[in-house]
Amino acid sequence: MPMGSTVLQLVSGPTGTVAKVHPTVLFNMCDSYIRRNDQTDRVIGTLLGSVSSDGTVDIRNSYAVPHNESLEQVAVDIEYHRSMFELHQRVNPKEVIVGWYSTSAGVSVSDALIQDFYAREATNPVYLTVDTTFQDETASIRAFVSTALNLGDRQLAAQFHEIQLDLRMIEAERVGFDVLKKTIVEKLPDDLEALETSMLRLQSMIDTVFKYVEDVIEGKLPPDNAVGRYLADTIASIPKISPDAFDRLFNDSIQDLLLVLYLANLTRTQLSLAKKLNSAAQIF
Amino acid sequence: MAEKAPLSFAQIAASEEVATPLRVVQIDGLVVLKIIKHCKDFMPALVTGQLLGLDIGSVLEVTNCFPFPSRGGEEEEEIEADGANYQLEMMRCLREVNVDNNTVGWYQSTYMGSYQTAELIETFLNYQENIKRCVCIIYDPQRSGQGVLALKALKLTDPFMDLFRNQNFTGEKLREQNLTWQDIFQEIPVKISNSALVSAIMTELETDSPATQSDFDRLVLSTNPFIEKNLEFLIECMDDLSMEQQRFQYYYRNLSRQQAQQQAWLQKRRTENMSRRALGEEPLPEEDPNNPIFKPLVEPSRLDGYLITNQISNYCSQINGFSGQSFIKMYMMDAVHEN
Repeated sequence: MPMGSTVLQLVSGPTGTVAKVHPTVLFNMCDSYIRRNDQTDRVIGTLLGSVSSDGTVDIRNSYAVPHNESLEQVAVDIEYHRSMFELHQRVNPKEVIVGWYSTSAGVSVSDALIQDFYAREATNPVYLTVDTTFQDETASIRAFVSTALNLGDRQLAAQFHEIQLDLRMIEAERVGFDVLKKTIVEKLPDDLEALETSMLRLQSMIDTVFKYVEDVIEGKLPPDNAVGRYLADTIASIPKISPDAFDRLFNDSIQDLLLVLYLANLTRTQLSLAKKLNSAAQIF
Repeated sequence: MAEKAPLSFAQIAASEEVATPLRVVQIDGLVVLKIIKHCKDFMPALVTGQLLGLDIGSVLEVTNCFPFPSRGGEEEEEIEADGANYQLEMMRCLREVNVDNNTVGWYQSTYMGSYQTAELIETFLNYQENIKRCVCIIYDPQRSGQGVLALKALKLTDPFMDLFRNQNFTGEKLREQNLTWQDIFQEIPVKISNSALVSAIMTELETDSPATQSDFDRLVLSTNPFIEKNLEFLIECMDDLSMEQQRFQYYYRNLSRQQAQQQAWLQKRRTENMSRRALGEEPLPEEDPNNPIFKPLVEPSRLDGYLITNQISNYCSQINGFSGQSFIKMYMMDAVHEN
């Protein structure tokens, strides 16, 4: 027997991958955890999304899959998983299975079995865990991929590698963390209020920069070339327009807006006039 | 006498039946995100989905939702059967993971707030047949691109529903009910709720960076495309409205012409009867149902006009709000330049 085939092969896995998580996935996981069956410790589910050409896994959707777990064995409702996947495919065929999730603190023994199952559904499934019990007082969100440890042709074990997780979640920022992190929001922020907070934020940022620059000039803070360069770039990005040209531009825009506003208000007046006429016809 | 016996469950249920009006729609953060994701993924196509939740007194809780597959170019009937199947299957699957299993309405995306159509009203009626209280959540991905959460919950008002069921959209009926175009839709205040778990996780994940994506979106200076589109739609609506008015004018002209004809005929008949009476003959009846000039003209429905008016007022308020914001931004720009 040749030596090569009995050597324990450590395949270097795709550990360089980055997983990007859509906030919907986290919300869905939390929701299904809250709605879990009595006496189950965790919920698992399928992750849907896409893998881009550079290996970034974009996790965009998820659904919970019922499962049963005892000390020796895990039973995942495969049929449920299949039919749910089919239903999701009908809505968005671009989202395919990219892995699975579980609400546990990290990798446990039975996870290898489930990982094995998902490896048949997708190449290199990502395993996402969210610690919903807050064991170390943070919600540790982690993602893993597994590589198989092979002895010859036989598979001995699976090894989980943690991969990088991108949790920036621009989508959540769009909605606003103010809305998403409170347990109850009485009223949606309206346009003007939202603009006001944004402007206040902008103002406070400008103030911070001002203070920094003044401190540096007065010698209270050591100058930092990198920061200075950023500031210079920022200021340079404001287009230089001569005051005359700017005035013209500004006045034109304002006049356009005023005209449109006038038209809109005129229309509204007409509408309420029509309404009054309609109800006046009732009297006669 | 013993104290008043506590109400039994059935009694409470019965007492609640006595219409507590719907005051608030409480939407789960999950639902908000799911709706946004679905609507955004398929922009600019308009999509719809089902809302699931609970109806508790004056609060309607929306705790989950699922998207409907977008319609391809298949046969109409096939889609319908398919859609119903999909819906049932999805509900069954969601029930298995303990998701609330009551339909409470649907959501749909819109483009520039142009949702006031007859179709929307018909969908409302379809839903209302099965569920007493249902809402429609309208999400505008276009407007949300400007850093606002353009989410609205709507329902039809009760008097309007009654009229619509009887297809009574004559001017007289509307006046009788005192129903104006503002009384078709009713916007219900929206509350957003999150579980404590979600709240904890999101607090942890919130970035420290002072500027968020929505700040950038809000402070964008380019305002013209939005206003242009809005005006374009407004003009279209105006055209529709004047068409509608022409139809009414036509109807009234016909009506008055017919009335004149009827009068003339009656006059003729009366003089004829007078002469017959003088001759001792039986007078002829003063009405002749077979005569075509007595056939009543059908008054055109006012519904379209009402809807268009609604739409116009919606565009106007959008323009109003938007130009207000633009003014603020312009003056801010001015200040920045002076500095």
